[in-house]
Parts: sequence; structure tokens; C-alpha cells
Amino acid sequence: MGVGIQVDKLNAWFGKTQALYDINMTVAANHATAVIGPSGCGKSTFVRCLNRMHETVPEARATGRVRIGEMDVYNGTSAVQIRRRIGMVFQKANPFPTMSIYDNVAAGLTLNGFHDRKRLDEIVERSLALSALWDEVKDTMRKKSGASLSGGQQQRLCIARAIAVEPQVLLMDEPCSALDPISTGKIEELIFQLKEKFTIVIVTHNMQQASRVAEFTGFFLLGKLIEFDKTEKIFTTPSDKRTEDYITGRFG
Amino acid sequence: MARTRFLQGLDELRARLLRMGGLAEQAVDRACQAYIERDLTRCRMVLDGETQINLTEREIDEMAFDLLAMQQPMAVDLRFILAVTKINADLERVGDQAVNIAERVMDMVDLPKADLPVDIPRMAAAVSAMVRRALESFIEGKAELAQAVLEMDNVVDRMKDEAFIVLVKSMNDHPETTRQALDALLVARNLERVADHATNIAEDVIFWVRGADVRHNVAPEQPEHQEVTDPH
Repeated sequence: MGVGIQVDKLNAWFGKTQALYDINMTVAANHATAVIGPSGCGKSTFVRCLNRMHETVPEARATGRVRIGEMDVYNGTSAVQIRRRIGMVFQKANPFPTMSIYDNVAAGLTLNGFHDRKRLDEIVERSLALSALWDEVKDTMRKKSGASLSGGQQQRLCIARAIAVEPQVLLMDEPCSALDPISTGKIEELIFQLKEKFTIVIVTHNMQQASRVAEFTGFFLLGKLIEFDKTEKIFTTPSDKRTEDYITGRFG
Repeated sequence: MARTRFLQGLDELRARLLRMGGLAEQAVDRACQAYIERDLTRCRMVLDGETQINLTEREIDEMAFDLLAMQQPMAVDLRFILAVTKINADLERVGDQAVNIAERVMDMVDLPKADLPVDIPRMAAAVSAMVRRALESFIEGKAELAQAVLEMDNVVDRMKDEAFIVLVKSMNDHPETTRQALDALLVARNLERVADHATNIAEDVIFWVRGADVRHNVAPEQPEHQEVTDPH
């Protein structure tokens, strides 16, 4: 099951440049939360702070408190432990090109020393089924490379790989920006179903997508969280003029 | 990401609705004047004007439909377009009520003039003022103006109730003028319906500007949206 995320006074920097300012947010468990805002507003930095990917950038740092369920992300927990609990899907699908589809999905487990073949088979099947990819690859998954799939299939493969290790949270950084409308529709349908098992935070430039998949939406601008509310409120009657100007295309 | 074409589309939609408002307002004023002066020329102008109102209604709906489909509006823009489609329908119905009044007048002028105990001109003035104020609230994007229209509706409702009472009594007391009284009663009902449409328009303006649904006296679920000083 997914867990909630509590963010308190999160600040982030790239060297001397501050990218996030005092972000406070409560992400509900087993819901999808969208993060929107213009380019450079800090939305990707925000999600990368949730699983400590931010600190992998040279001279990048973050302060504040992030709790994923009972786990304190920035206090007493290793980055590896955190990333086992938090899966991530990126803008560009990045399957391991030399591995088969099956091995791609199993990679997270086998790299951690899990080699029970029967159990692996079960997990791979379940992950591919949850990613709505099983029917399309079940006959070829051991022979074909992950890179042989279409863009939309590769993205679903990446989702299968992320959920195979049974994370509690799934972070998605513009997962559909390189996909056609059919593949986008499949991923969005998937997000809707994955909410039952995981907490989802999705960064998107596509406001229609945010309104379709997320129950909650946060609007970022210049590193600040301007407004966070139920998605229907944000897209019909936002409280802040800056949110309204952005979602109606008057700036950005 | 300035959406110039979209903003132009919204401006065009607004201008077209204002034209529609002008036509409907003119139809009501002409019908009321026709009643007061028993003027068949004005009646015919109202009947002839209905075609233009109907055509404009369709054009506005088409424009709104295109904007919804092609531009996927959000927030204040979405509320604006929804409000326009509803106001458009109300204005078309206002035009229908004007036609009904004109038809009553055409019936009346064939009858001897009767001295009825009802002040239809006063009611017509109140209803015309409501339509005008409702359209002003749309032009200005001001919820307070729209709120004032809602309050005026009670006055018109009372006028219609009073008209019913005195006209029914008149029919009993003076059966020879029953047809005239019946025409006046129907005109009173038509005017009251125009007032209801003006009220609907005002409610839609409040929805557009504040994001609050004030229909049917049901309290909004959420706090009202901040006032938009310059919606477009």
C-alpha cells in the first residue's frame, strides 16, 4: 500500500542558486498528486528531493524535512533505502537496452541479490500486468530487448520495472511528454489503477493530464508552492491570481 | 505562452453575446411599449426580430463549442464560456417571451380598450431594468451588480402575484372585459418569466466572476473565489 508524504520547509539549491523556497505539502496516500508550473519553476527539483535524487547533482543540496510514511528522508535513512521505497519514472523511457524485457523488470530485484526464479516469474508477470503490458509481451519477453518496444511500451516497461520492487511511492517526471495520445491514454489509465497500490506524484506540463489523473494539484512558480488544493478547485476556481493566469495561459 | 488567438476568440464571443443581449433587451422594450401604446408596428418588429435572435443564439453556441473543443479552457475562461452558453439560452428565451407579449397585444388591439386595475407599464419598467442591469453586470464583470438583480426579482414576483389577484377579481366583477384581463394576466406572466431569465443571467455572471453557484438559494460548498477585477 502507498503511504502519505509530509514535506515541511523544504529548500533546495544548485550551488548558490536557490531552486525551492520553504515548500510545505501533504501528499495523500494512494492518491495521485500533480505538480504543475512553468519551466524552471522547481517542480522536477521538488520530486527529486523526495527520493534524494537532487543531491546526485554536483553542489546541489536540500534542507528541511521530508517524511515518506514513517521514514525520515533526510535524517537517518540512506539514499538506497529511500529509493527502494520510492520508484521513479522519467520523461524519457530508459530501459536497459542490452537486457530482455523480463530482465528489465527483474533488474531491481536481481541487483539486490534476489534470485528465486519462481518468485521472480510471479513478480515480473504481476508487474507487467499492472503496467498493462503483459498481454503485449508475454510471449516475447525473454527474447526481445526492452529497447525493441515502442516508446509507449518502453515507458510502461519502466513503470513495471519501478513497481517490481514494490515501492510505496511512485514519482513520475513528465512520463508522457514524449508519447503519442494513445500511449498517453494508456499511461493515464494505468496511473488511475496504480493509485490503489501506490502513492503517485506526477510532474506534468500538460494541464489536461493533471486534471484527468490527479486528485490534488500543486502549482509551483519561481521555486515557491503558490497553491495546493483539490485538482477540481485548481482548474475551475483557483484561489491565487498567479495560478489562474498560468492555467489560463496568460503567462508561462 | 500568450494565447492570443484564444483571447481574441473570447473577446469575439463576448461581443457576440452583447449583441444578443441588445437584441433581446430591444425585443422586450418594444413588446412592452407595444402593450402600452397598443402599437401593431412594434409588435411586428418584435416578431420579425426573433429570427435574428435565434440565428445569433446558434452562432454563439457554435463559437463556444469550438472554443471548448479547440482551446480546452480552464478556470475563469472555462467559467466564462459556460456562463455565456447559459446566458445565451436565457436571452433567446427572453426573445420568446417578447414574442408572446407581442402576440397578446395583437389580440388585445382587436378588443375594446378596458380600464384594468393593473400597472403593467410599472412591471415592464422593473423587468426591463432587470434585464439591463443583468447585461451590465456581464459587461462590467461585476458580481455586485448581478447580486442587485437577484434582489429585484422578488419585487417583480410580488407585482405578478398582485396582478393575478386583481385581474381575477376584475374578471369576476366585469366579465365583459375577461379577454382583456386575460391578455393582461398573460403579459404579466411573460414579464415575470423575463425577470426569471434576467435572474438566471445574473446568477451566471456571479458564477463566472466568483466561481460560486448561487442558484436555488443553496449555499456554495466552498468559499467564494476572489473577485476578478479584469476577467479579460
